[in-house]
Amino acid sequence: MQPAQILHPRPEGLYCPPADLYVDPTRPVPRALITHGHSDHARAGHGSVLATPETLAIMAARYGAAFAGSTQALSYGERLKIGDVTFSLHSAGHVLGSAQAAVECGGTRVVASGDYKRQSDPTCAPFEVVPCDVFISEATFALPVFTHPRAEDEVKKLLASVAMFPERAHVVGAYALGKAQRVMAELRRAGWDKPIFVHGALIALTELYKAHGVELGEVLPVETAPKSYYVGAIVMGPPGALQTPWVRRFPDPVTCFASGWMRIRARARQRGVELPLVISDHADWPDLQRTILDTGAGEIWITHGEADALAHWCGTQGLQAKALHLVGYGDEEEPGAAA
Amino acid sequence: MNRFAALLDRLAYEPRRLGKLALLEAYFRDTPDPDRGWALAAMTGALTFKNAKAGLVRNLAAERTDPLLFGLSYDFVGDLAETVALMWPADATRANAQLTITDVVEGLQTTPKAELPRVVADWLDRLDENGRWALLKLITGALRIGVSARLARTALAQLGGKSADEVEDVWHADAPPYPHVFAWLEGRAEAPSVATTVRFYPPMLSHPIEPEEFAGLDPADFCAEWKWDGIRVQAAAGKDAGAKRVARLYSRTGEDLSGGFPDLVAGFDFEAVLDGELLIKRGGGVQDFNTLQQRLNRKTVTPKIMAEFPAFIRVYDLLALADEDLRALPFAERRAKLEAFVSAHPLAPIDLSPMVPFATWDELTFARADPADGGAGFDAGAVEGVMIKRRDAPYLAGRPKGYWFKWKRDPMVIDAVLMYAQRGSGKRSSFYSDYTFGVWTEAGELTPVGKAYFGFTDEELIELDKFVRNNTENRFGPVREVTHTKTKGLVLEVAFEGLQRSARHKSGVAMRFPRISRIRWDKPPRDADTLEALEKLLPKGAERA
Repeated sequence: MQPAQILHPRPEGLYCPPADLYVDPTRPVPRALITHGHSDHARAGHGSVLATPETLAIMAARYGAAFAGSTQALSYGERLKIGDVTFSLHSAGHVLGSAQAAVECGGTRVVASGDYKRQSDPTCAPFEVVPCDVFISEATFALPVFTHPRAEDEVKKLLASVAMFPERAHVVGAYALGKAQRVMAELRRAGWDKPIFVHGALIALTELYKAHGVELGEVLPVETAPKSYYVGAIVMGPPGALQTPWVRRFPDPVTCFASGWMRIRARARQRGVELPLVISDHADWPDLQRTILDTGAGEIWITHGEADALAHWCGTQGLQAKALHLVGYGDEEEPGAAA
Repeated sequence: MNRFAALLDRLAYEPRRLGKLALLEAYFRDTPDPDRGWALAAMTGALTFKNAKAGLVRNLAAERTDPLLFGLSYDFVGDLAETVALMWPADATRANAQLTITDVVEGLQTTPKAELPRVVADWLDRLDENGRWALLKLITGALRIGVSARLARTALAQLGGKSADEVEDVWHADAPPYPHVFAWLEGRAEAPSVATTVRFYPPMLSHPIEPEEFAGLDPADFCAEWKWDGIRVQAAAGKDAGAKRVARLYSRTGEDLSGGFPDLVAGFDFEAVLDGELLIKRGGGVQDFNTLQQRLNRKTVTPKIMAEFPAFIRVYDLLALADEDLRALPFAERRAKLEAFVSAHPLAPIDLSPMVPFATWDELTFARADPADGGAGFDAGAVEGVMIKRRDAPYLAGRPKGYWFKWKRDPMVIDAVLMYAQRGSGKRSSFYSDYTFGVWTEAGELTPVGKAYFGFTDEELIELDKFVRNNTENRFGPVREVTHTKTKGLVLEVAFEGLQRSARHKSGVAMRFPRISRIRWDKPPRDADTLEALEKLLPKGAERA
């Protein structure tokens, strides 16, 4: 069977005709498969939603229990047949519950990987390599300038700064789903055992992570308190909160931002970030290449991001590649994106 | 080099002036000679390397990286040095710190041109990412770390317990790596002596004024001049301690611009410091800022460029004459001396910025509204408003209240449709931040009328960037064509300072200083302005091509 008959792009998202189902549709559809809970991929208002149990829980926490007409949970490795098509979900290593969707029909397997990373992350299952004929990849950081440092080292930078400015508070902007919890877990791994204070927008998802067994230690909501209360503290909030009066309640705050974009100086300076932390939940340039080769796929489709660069590299490897130019994805790490 | 790189890195992320000063002061205190002096020279733009230029960096990148990937990366990052530093194939086994900024500066100055690429590549292999960035910044000469010459001198002043003006005084008596300046600051030697006339004086700046504020001001207390659309400069010339002639051209922050304007500086046949506006005069009229920009953008100044863009200074203040500092005198007295000075130096590349006569604020209002009629004549295209100065104002550094006012012309505004977008550089890099916009022709099509890359907030930039990425119709290299039909697209309110006929633009008109004044998310493209409406804004006499 031609891969394009299994999945092909439509304005709503990637469409699978034999199952009449969309992967991560950007507008309401009757049937959706959701790879992970980031708001650009998981939207409310679909008829029925197929996703991992964790992703369904995240969607319910964000949009309320009635976020879709009906839901169906599919755990990693489980198989589900709809018509002639078999679906299975495999860990993508991106955030809690994130999955690659393997879609098989007539002996051809297409893997839509959603967003993914290969770096170690104490808050979610590691990426699983799924051999396939067509690998559908993101390309958020698909330029040779993006080589992410180890998250452990970036967190050490943060702790070194806390030690250097003990009289100030460090306010870390991090996306509410995944990044915030990953930074918390890395802080714990690095030995930070004091409470971590969080903006209200981070609380529900942090609680959800804890309920799924992720150890994050003592996490307290930011409350009205004299500035002195937050001396030497690490505070986390959604990126948008860094530019609001919210930060003024902390003593001489050092603005930090955890994102893969922080690798580019101008990006950090555009937001007045003083301590950029290059921590990303997306694969960097070497890991995109490694992953594409690992899957053994002969054909690569690229959903969003720096598609031209990745397609060019695929060409140098003798792999067929095309850019799908899907619209509406890849904004969750953008500084200033809504939490 | 690691120490210098760490300083640059921290400066780049330190938003607070006081924080920058503390970093600089600590670096100057803790770093030995001559490293600190070379670092100072690098940060204040006092170093240029004859053989090491951006082209060398480009060539090295071309040898070591895939050209297409390099192009895409450079487009995204928007900064040559940073792009190469980030994508240089690292050689971790050779990374070490045994390279000082002095090694690098001396190497760049003395290595023969043919050998330089090999030497620089070897350094790049030995440095870490941050070190590579600092090295490449040094070569490409655009540090962009928010340190002006003035700020660096203020940090030096703090180091030595002096005032910034004292540092300013001795600055030009020494040369990189400034051993005498540091010795003086640390109390180990006397101040190096300098010819007092050849120096930079921190400029006096003005406050914007609103029409309603005139009620409280007596016109008899004030003079007015045209506000010229060039760049503020100081022309300083005289003799140094060894009686050698010295001539320099400074920017408003004290950067030495002499290298870019040898034609101008060669004509400084005086002993004085003048404050004025650097302008280009061509075909009998003063050109607008866009023309000046074309010369400012040139890295190398060829005789052709000098002939094509003849520069001069329209002077409006006299700060020092021979050895005498005139800044304490009232404006009216300085102006009288300035007028005498200009007529005594007919060969110098300067002319006098004329006064705008007025008896009432209403008369000044008319002059400002129509500079061509109000006395500016053929130069009216380069007028961006009027300057109002108190007759008794001394010349004070900084922006003192109540002495000088700028009254800019009201901008013109149109609604245009976003047509193309490109990624920006510098502060805006990696976002689609350069916008080409158009208005409707009689035939019902959009024709591009200009390009703007500022005027919006950082939050708006993120929204605009998203709009571009989500509404891309076509890609032409780095340029994205954005949806622009009658019903779908984005309307931008564009403000600009003036409009001229232009044969170079398809639409036949060119804007001065266009910027996005508002984003009209609410407005359908069909309601944007027409070319006919835009042409009505052309100055009288230019309506028809």
